[in-house]
Formats: sequence, structure tokens, C-alpha cells
Amino acid sequence: MNSCMTDAICWVFPATDFRNFLMAGRLLARGMIAGVLAACLAFLFARVFGEPQVNLSIAFESARDAMAGMHDEPELVSRAVQASFGLFTAATLYGAAYGGIFAIAFAFAYGRMGRISPRALAMLLAGAGFLTFVLIPDLKYPPNPPAVGQPGTIGLRTATYFEMITLSLCVMAVSILVGRRLAQRFGAWNGALCGGGLFVVLVALVQSALPDINEVPANFPAVVLWRFREAAIGMQVVLWGGLGLIFGPMASAVLISAKSGQRRI
Amino acid sequence: MSHGFSSSFPASSTVPDAIPLRALVPWAVFGLLLAAMMLYFVGAEQGATSLIAGHAVHEFVHDGRHLLGFPCH
Repeated sequence: MNSCMTDAICWVFPATDFRNFLMAGRLLARGMIAGVLAACLAFLFARVFGEPQVNLSIAFESARDAMAGMHDEPELVSRAVQASFGLFTAATLYGAAYGGIFAIAFAFAYGRMGRISPRALAMLLAGAGFLTFVLIPDLKYPPNPPAVGQPGTIGLRTATYFEMITLSLCVMAVSILVGRRLAQRFGAWNGALCGGGLFVVLVALVQSALPDINEVPANFPAVVLWRFREAAIGMQVVLWGGLGLIFGPMASAVLISAKSGQRRI
Repeated sequence: MSHGFSSSFPASSTVPDAIPLRALVPWAVFGLLLAAMMLYFVGAEQGATSLIAGHAVHEFVHDGRHLLGFPCH
């Protein structure tokens, strides 16, 4: 009982519970660190492949405004800062946020999904996270470069985008629960197939129920839009792929040290 | 189960112990709150809603907001 500070803590928190509590916290911290590291890679990707398309879109915007006789607003933050420190800050905050969510999902799933190594589970969950938080929402509301989108509808677009993410998460959870239940009765293969099929059907239903939004200007260059969206989704592939690959070994280390700690006591 | 993955886990032939929910929930609440706050500032502040006056936050994370897929402007 050397890990307990006082008898009171021991009473509230028996030693094994305290160890589990610490382990969950360490996993959460590792997840956020892995998220920041993965976001550094994603930043490099976005800097190389995304920024040229952002600049082309801003050039389009300026030309359109000039033709309409409007002057460019004075820059509050310079383009150079937006494309470097700004982009880096946004990417690392995003990476830390989803790294934390990812680690919580990992800490919950580990030991509740049968025999699977921490590294394989990390990759599996990273794939599921990419699908849930990025690919499914982006199929309905794809990322848009500057010059696409009317300021008047920002409220609606933000609300529907976050609704889409929430519904995507619900659909994923329902499909996993149903798939697992069916797997117990009809075998792993059939259960996984049914869960996957249910996921596709529910995604189609949810996406057809939400409003369509298309605010791409008629003369906006299609190639820039396509390349921008490629870069945006590619950035997320780097982020989530990196998150899974970096977090796996970190989680292994935490779980192994927890296990050897158990033996000592 | 491939042995390549489980080689560093001698005991992985059995299902590992899950972390009990009561050890996990406090961290889950803390982590989700923190994540929601960070995603709010990257994705929505000074766009659809605004806690801080002006456009400085929006302009600073502008490129990230676009490239990460959030609605902007």
C-alpha cells in the first residue's frame, strides 16, 4: 500500500484503482502528445500542398473584389503569419484535441475488444476516428478554400457541420454496438459485415436528411477547388495516420510499465 | 493474432484487463472538455459565434480553419 498517501485515500481509492486512475491519465497525456507530434507532420503536409491552393483562392477573391470595385480589407494578420504560425497553432491545437479524444477511446476499448495488441488497436481506432470525424462529415460538407462561402450563412454552415460530426459519431457507435451484438450470435465475420452495412445505410440516411450547401462561385477554378480538397483530406490522413502510429508504441510502454508495476506489488 | 504484434506482450494470449470505468470517467470528462475548448477556438470562435471581440483569433487560425475543414467566413 505504499502508493497510498493516507489511510483515507486508501479507503476511497484502493491501490489497484489508483493505479488504473494513473494509467488512464498517462494514456490521455500520451494521446495529446502524439496528437501534437502528428499535427507537426500534418502542418508540413499542409504547408507544401495546401498553402499554394489557399493563395490561389485568395488571388481569385481579390480579383473578384477588385472587379466589383471593392478594396481589400487591411490585413489584421499578415499572410506570412497565417500560413506559418497561424496554421501551425491551429494544426497542433486540433491534433492535441483529437489526440485526447482518441486516447480516451483507446483507454476504453483496450481490454474490451478481445485480444488485440495496443499498436494494432491504435491503428484500428485511428482509422475509425478518421472515418468518423473527417471522411463522413467531409463527404457531406467538404472543406472549402477562401472565396467559397457567403458570410451570411456562416451560422447555418457551422451548425450543420458540427451536427454532421455528431451524427457521424452516433452512427459509428450504433453500428459498432449492433455489429458486436450480431457477432456474438452469428460469428465475427457476419457481425462485422452487418455492422458495416448498417453504417453505410445510416450514413446515407443522415446525409440525405441534412440540408445541401453549395456556395462555390460559378467561375471559381475547378482545379483549385479539387486540389484544395485533396490537400485538406490528405492533411487529415497524415494527422490520423501519424496519431495511430505514434500513439501505439507510447501506449504499449504505459501498459507494460503498469503491468510490471503490478508484479512488484 | 499475429506473433509480430504480440511479441512484446508475453501475456497477450489472454484478453488484457480493461481499465475500469470509474478510473476512466474523470479523465474522460477532463479530456473532452479540454478538446472541446481547443476545437472551439480553432473551428468556430469569431466565426459563427464570438467570445472575444474583433477578428484576431479568426485571422490567426484562418488557413488552418480552412484546411482542417471548418466553415470559415
